[in-house]
Amino acid sequence: MKIAVFVKQVPDSAATLSVKGGQPDWGDAPLVINPWDEYAVEAALLLAEANGGEVTAFSFGSESAADALKHALAMGVSDAVLLSDPALSGADAGVAARVMAAAIAKLSEVDLAVFGKQAIDSDTGLAPSMTARLLGWPSLTLVAAVDALDASAKTIKVQRSMEEGRQVVQGKLPAVISVVKDYGEPRYPSFMGIRKASKAEIPTWSMADLGIEAPTSRVTWPEIMAPPMREVSNEIIEGSSPEEIAGKLADKIIAEGVL
Amino acid sequence: MANVWVFVDQFKGEALPVSWEVLGAARKLAGSGKVSALVFGQGVEAIAQQAIQYGADEVLLGEDASLADYRPEPYAALISQLAAEAKPDVLLFPTSTRGRELAAMAGVDLDAGVLVDVIEVALDGDTLSATRPIYAGKLLSKVETSTKPALATLRVRAFGKPELDEGRSGEVKKVSPAMADGDAPTKVVEYAAAEGSVSLGDAAIIVSGGRGTSNNPDLQPPADITDEKEQEIWRAQQGFKLIGELAEVLGAAVGASRAAVDAGYVPYSHQVGQTGKVVAPDLYIASGISGAIQHLAGMRTSKVIVAINKDPDAPIFKLARFGVVGDLYKIVPALTAAFKERLNK
Ligand SMILES: Cc1cc2nc3c(=O)[nH]c(=O)nc-3n(C[C@H](O)[C@H](O)[C@H](O)COP(=O)(O)OP(=O)(O)OC[C@H]3O[C@@H](n4cnc5c(N)ncnc54)[C@H](O)[C@@H]3O)c2cc1C
Ligand SMILES: Nc1ncnc2c1ncn2[C@@H]1O[C@H](COP(=O)(O)O)[C@@H](O)[C@H]1O
Repeated sequence: MKIAVFVKQVPDSAATLSVKGGQPDWGDAPLVINPWDEYAVEAALLLAEANGGEVTAFSFGSESAADALKHALAMGVSDAVLLSDPALSGADAGVAARVMAAAIAKLSEVDLAVFGKQAIDSDTGLAPSMTARLLGWPSLTLVAAVDALDASAKTIKVQRSMEEGRQVVQGKLPAVISVVKDYGEPRYPSFMGIRKASKAEIPTWSMADLGIEAPTSRVTWPEIMAPPMREVSNEIIEGSSPEEIAGKLADKIIAEGVL
Repeated sequence: MANVWVFVDQFKGEALPVSWEVLGAARKLAGSGKVSALVFGQGVEAIAQQAIQYGADEVLLGEDASLADYRPEPYAALISQLAAEAKPDVLLFPTSTRGRELAAMAGVDLDAGVLVDVIEVALDGDTLSATRPIYAGKLLSKVETSTKPALATLRVRAFGKPELDEGRSGEVKKVSPAMADGDAPTKVVEYAAAEGSVSLGDAAIIVSGGRGTSNNPDLQPPADITDEKEQEIWRAQQGFKLIGELAEVLGAAVGASRAAVDAGYVPYSHQVGQTGKVVAPDLYIASGISGAIQHLAGMRTSKVIVAINKDPDAPIFKLARFGVVGDLYKIVPALTAAFKERLNK
């Protein structure tokens, strides 16, 4: 079977963010593969191993996004493609999804497209369902486990992690899934994998290669701001015994009027 | 003046409280315009009445067996069909699992802009403008869209809940499904048991534990637990028992750091932070949590933060309104007792 997995390049989760020239700035913090997408790659690899097949990783972004693809290659995907075009700066979620859907169509005969839960920079979580909708495929988001997959009968059964617990859903392939952490810890890149990745030539597909016109963004972001500073007056509660400390603390919490 | 629609998210006949917060926000956006609530499911007429009492002028009620179990495709098809016909100005959803994916799908169907997980929203002529946290709240972004309709999902607990007004009346219009049951590409097989009642997202109080919960050398694990890792988990579970008791007295949800989740102390559904749940309760009590940037990103906008930690230099203290430098094994049970006494429990 043919699996596509989507990985985004984002600032490290430990980065401190500020605003410079109206844009987010993460100082010298490294850019890394979106943490959720490591789970997506792991899921894609496990499914390919269990059902036979190949995994192609895609990233949409500027040239630096090739690093996220190298991480996916080092983890073990067979191919990687960068989706990039200067005409696409300032793309909103809808544009990104249109590009990703076009990449899936160009790869052709894809059985399963695997996404992370959410990108930790833009925090939208729209891409999986939007891409599914554009392709007319079932959208199975927040998958914690794939219970069954039959590549020849073209069926899949997954556990979706919803607010109320797990929903077990049967669906048809081709489908889009997004993966949550419960799926299983992502593997570390192997030594061989890292060597292979460092040598890999990653092709770029432009809009012309995808055969689409640059889609228009429906959403704009006129201003990025630092959140208002919170004035917290810190107060350390002391006392001669845990009981005394706890008593004082309870009184103070009650006085804050939050109970 | 605008016509504003709200998708009312419900599970097994009960509306998620955030749905009413969204209705309240819709009422303000609409001004003298009309607010319509979309209520889909089976056995959900009572929710339609509630929607009116919370501020809807009209309810579009999709009562059908094909809508009994939530599935994105039949739901999205109906939303998009209704919106394409009636052309509302704004279509709002709660930022829940269902709300987010339905907004995404309807956004594609209607070729509309989708503003996700916003904490403020306003209409300026034909432009819906909003504020939303990005980078897990480390920054804020203004976002705008001028499509008709304009779509947005509203963050839980960011908009006040309106008062229920039993005297309100409104029209309930039945609508038929847009997709035949047999055409839906998915089928819900079952609901696996929920992992306890961890509704972190809308909890007003959260009591969280971190790696420190396993740090009590005085505790002797039972003799049959010989594996070191198992012993650590056993110790942590004693720590989380104390956290749970405090949570119970306060009617709070139990949260955890990623370290506690990764070490197997508690399930992932409890994780607070950048790669867990982002929460903003009125009171957040962190015990044995150091306050790594990824954890702080998930709870920093809580109203009152309390930190209990052995290490006076733990970064969590910088955000804490109240701090106790001490052993959680001593402080947490004493705090539970103190609240029991004061709250007469
Ligand atoms: C990509 C990525 C995403 C991440 N996402 C998240 C996330 O969503 N949420 C999250 O929480 N973390 C996240 N992390 C992990 C984060 O960096 C920290 O590792 C984690 O938050 C630490 O958890 P902790 O505070 O429980 O553990 P530690 O940092 O080990 O702190 C334990 C604390 O307990 C105190 N302590 C020990 N014993 C006691 C005692 N008996 N009584 C009182 N105090 C005691 C210690 O002084 C210490 O401060 C992420 C990391 C990465 C790389
Ligand atoms: N620019 C991108 N390149 C590759 N994958 C992406 C990109 N943006 C989003 N994705 C995928 O879509 C998922 C959800 O992202 P988002 O909807 O942007 O929060 C991510 O976890 C990725 O799997």
